[in-house]
Amino acid sequence: MASTTTFRTFRAGWSRVPLIGWFFGALLAVTLERLVGNPLALAVGLPKIPALFGLDIMLKKPLLIPNAVLYVLLIYGLPMGIATRASIAPANRLATGLFRLPIVVTTVVYIGFLYAILHVWAEVNDYRALVLKLTLIAIMFTLSLNVINGYMGEFSCSHPGFMALGAYCASVFSLGLFVDNRFFGTALLPPALGPFLFPVALVLGGILAAAGALIVAVPSFRTRGDYLAIISLAFLFIVKSLIENLEYVRGPRGLSGQPDLASLPTVFLWTVACIWSINNFVRSTIGKALNAVRDNEMAASAMTVNTRRTKMVAFLFSAFWAGIAGGLFAHVLRYVNPGTFGIQTLAEVLAMVYFGGLNSVYGSIVGAVSISLLGEALRPLEIFKWIIIPLLLILVMIYRPTGLIAFKDVDVTALFRPKTGPGDEV
Amino acid sequence: MVIFLQNLVNALQWGSFYALIALGYSMVYSILMLFNFAHGDIFMVGAYIGFGVSIGLLALSSSGALAMPNWLILVLTILFSMFLTSFVGMIVERVGYRPLRNAPRASAAITGLMIGIILETGNLILMGARRVSFPSLIQTTTYTVGGVFVTNKKIMIVLVSLLLTLALHQFIRRTKWGMAMRAMAFDFAVVPLMGVPVNTVIALTFAIGSALAAAAGILFGIAYPVLDPYMGILFGWKAFVAAILGGRGSILGATLAGFLLGFTEIFVAMIFPSTLRDLIAYSIILLILTFRPHGFFGEPYSARLRL
Repeated sequence: MASTTTFRTFRAGWSRVPLIGWFFGALLAVTLERLVGNPLALAVGLPKIPALFGLDIMLKKPLLIPNAVLYVLLIYGLPMGIATRASIAPANRLATGLFRLPIVVTTVVYIGFLYAILHVWAEVNDYRALVLKLTLIAIMFTLSLNVINGYMGEFSCSHPGFMALGAYCASVFSLGLFVDNRFFGTALLPPALGPFLFPVALVLGGILAAAGALIVAVPSFRTRGDYLAIISLAFLFIVKSLIENLEYVRGPRGLSGQPDLASLPTVFLWTVACIWSINNFVRSTIGKALNAVRDNEMAASAMTVNTRRTKMVAFLFSAFWAGIAGGLFAHVLRYVNPGTFGIQTLAEVLAMVYFGGLNSVYGSIVGAVSISLLGEALRPLEIFKWIIIPLLLILVMIYRPTGLIAFKDVDVTALFRPKTGPGDEV
Repeated sequence: MVIFLQNLVNALQWGSFYALIALGYSMVYSILMLFNFAHGDIFMVGAYIGFGVSIGLLALSSSGALAMPNWLILVLTILFSMFLTSFVGMIVERVGYRPLRNAPRASAAITGLMIGIILETGNLILMGARRVSFPSLIQTTTYTVGGVFVTNKKIMIVLVSLLLTLALHQFIRRTKWGMAMRAMAFDFAVVPLMGVPVNTVIALTFAIGSALAAAAGILFGIAYPVLDPYMGILFGWKAFVAAILGGRGSILGATLAGFLLGFTEIFVAMIFPSTLRDLIAYSIILLILTFRPHGFFGEPYSARLRL
């Protein structure tokens, strides 16, 4: 009993830290790691800076667990704990100041902060940067699937297909325009233009994916549930098979050598744009209409919801973002082949959506981040990883059938609000 | 004409695997209204169990302790593996589906998918990454009928699968348990109040579906004697397509659609380059479902669909 009370008072010390305070703490921690991480890692007996919060080291060499825990405590735990606690008053003052500014400015400041933290964290080694980029892409992909599976309540299996369309379209665009290679000839434009035209490549990929979504969207007018699931599954197989048979994009061998255009800021900005637009989409009238169609199509139709238009827009919108995610994916790995977009990817992204939570932007972010980080962290366990992750997901499904954080959208004003008590003068 | 008939024979064999697997999907669907996505992997597990049983029986026979002719070993392998695999199906139901009976159906689909991954990985850990070859229990004899090559294996595979389908049909039509299944498929809410033990009937459904998948696995092992842990994925998904195409919950539909899928695949490969097989087969399915969205024998979706 005493221990729980102690814990509660211990935790209460941080209950008034606003988001910006946590950002400060995290920035301090990652900067510290960047500056003294290596000597400290050596000092506590680790060969190098643990890439993913020490998890990878703990699993690879169980004997080093105490050292890894010590390292994580020293680098992340202690500085963050002390800095956030000590800076409650100035952080709240700052948060209040920011809160009074127009919401756009506030959001930009917060996102800038978040990017700074991620940037410094990823600078330590290339592996971290790659994991971070793939995680951000997973967030986009999961969110786009959640629009259909969560908000619209259909079981879409076609998203890896949309992703493949986006990936190939963007790859062909950038390979053809900016790279000299054997398949598409010499570069048509100077490579210096690449970064400026890269968004065009991505958007074209998104549009192609959306066009492909028409094949799934039109049958969805007449049928729902299992039949739509099978139509979308057939679509996935068709896209994969089509790409395998197209000699223009080198069939099953895949495309490689995409220009290195997907830098961390690019991926980050696209992810922010994706979260912003999907969050606004699902909170808009059409997003509410989606929920109405999911819960009862006939009633929705009686309440003047244009169900066909709603479904069509949702499919196109969702496929568009899946296509963008695919384009980024191709340029991060700088290699795509049709085998990447199969049943395995489908199972992974479904796991992310249902682990995080249906009908929820927060849930998608949590699901994508936790499943991708878990997948990376459990890599030393090799094949046992594919026993642990499914087991975890089964447990989540049994105890929380709609996922961890279902039915919750991002409300930025609640996030940015300073956490002052009623009696505080700020 | 000869080529056509030859492909017809091949398609019959190919379709009988799909049909047997699709039956399991369809049976579970008709009662629980959800697709057991681990079913393809149960097919794989069944093939591996058949492999283990046949190896064991062969060793027992050749050691002289209990000499048996090869056809008896084959029959015993099929029966024994069906029996053992039915327990796998019941365990899957108990672990993955029973706790989620009142949850949204998509959640149950996810647990099914995940159990499938666990079965594949578990098999990979147990048996290693190398492929195992199924022992050839019967000698291949080739008959030539008017230029068409027919092997005794092909005849046996088609006959056994038809026999099993017929047996299932009789079981569902004639026995008390079959009647309980039909009643539950008709009304899931009221029938349990009449004293039908829900859990037993559902477990039995899973057991029978898995036993049929195991039979398909062994027949597949006889025809194509290479087993690998991921062989269930493609078969599972394609049989799932067949089950939907036949109309969910319809046993006749599942059988017919399984054979139809086999025919489509084989004949597409006959006319076009075989790399186009999936592309054309699925385009045809897409077209069929666009014009007949509830499959051949299914009913249009109605209030009965528990979403």
